[in-house]
Amino acid sequence: MTLTNTQTLTIILLVALGAIITRFLPFILFPENKKPPKVISYLGKALPAAMMGLLVVYCLRSVTFSNSPHGIPELISILVIIALHKWKSNVLLSIAGGTITYMFLLQVVFT
Amino acid sequence: MNQSLKTSEYKKAFLPAFKNTLPVLAGFIPLGMAYGVLMQTKGYGVLWSTLMSAIAFCGSMQFVAITLLTVVFNPIEAFLMSVMVNARHLFYGISMLEKYKGMGKAKFFLMYTLCDETFSISSSVEPPNGISKKPFYIIISALDYLYWVAGTFLGGVLGSFITFNTSGLDFVLTALFVVLFLEQWKSKESRKSGIVGILGALIGLIIFGKDNLVIPAMVIILVILLVPMFWDRRKRI
Repeated sequence: MTLTNTQTLTIILLVALGAIITRFLPFILFPENKKPPKVISYLGKALPAAMMGLLVVYCLRSVTFSNSPHGIPELISILVIIALHKWKSNVLLSIAGGTITYMFLLQVVFT
Repeated sequence: MNQSLKTSEYKKAFLPAFKNTLPVLAGFIPLGMAYGVLMQTKGYGVLWSTLMSAIAFCGSMQFVAITLLTVVFNPIEAFLMSVMVNARHLFYGISMLEKYKGMGKAKFFLMYTLCDETFSISSSVEPPNGISKKPFYIIISALDYLYWVAGTFLGGVLGSFITFNTSGLDFVLTALFVVLFLEQWKSKESRKSGIVGILGALIGLIIFGKDNLVIPAMVIILVILLVPMFWDRRKRI
């Protein structure tokens, strides 16, 4: 521990405050009893798909194509997920299939 | 509504909600444990790591904060960094304004626990027939929260005693986002914004690098999504 107890607690509370502000702000700015501006309602519908795309890229941000294994485990696993999901359209099955494929590739194939 | 009816509503909603959180359970336990272990190695025992997870509850920022805990005390930097790393939550809130309407006091809890994973699930799924939305979304949020805190606690307690090979298990969260992206893809009108999200993030990644991609990506996404709206307005004039 580098910091004192009080300092550590202060950091924890301030990190929490930062998170709370970003999570609460939209709900405070656009309360239930008032109709939000059109542009906000539009964004509310358009953003989930966009953020899901962003999160996928974010999760894969550290994949390097120039070094082994060249992002191949990630690519194969995502293709498995897409195929499984097209076939059965079962969320849990697709996630499990993709993750098991990835773990197998990482631990057994590309060791 | 009387108490027993309320309780039975929560009982009925538990299993369908729990099923939706299974991937998060599989991801948060090992990831939370990794966090607990990492904090341990920096001299912050199970009490501190669990406290951080329970109060701040923001996965990626908590990992960033480890660095802040091992250098000279700088509270302002910790706060500003947290706002920036967590900025994406602003878009989650905007997306959930409609769904989290009429939740009463429970809304504070739903807002407080709106992390990446809870947002992805709750924005993508609807409660099954006969299940009310309030208990359904509350249980999803509460379980995800518990998984993260419990994982951190386990990591702090068990630390390096764990030896089974979980390498690659964290991919379960990537898989969750990929699948929920595919779920969004099913509705035609969501496809355009799905592509915008991927493109925006890729541009952010290429220009600003992997450590600073999120905020530029959010700006790019916002601009691309808003352009057609203003275009329409101009046409109407």
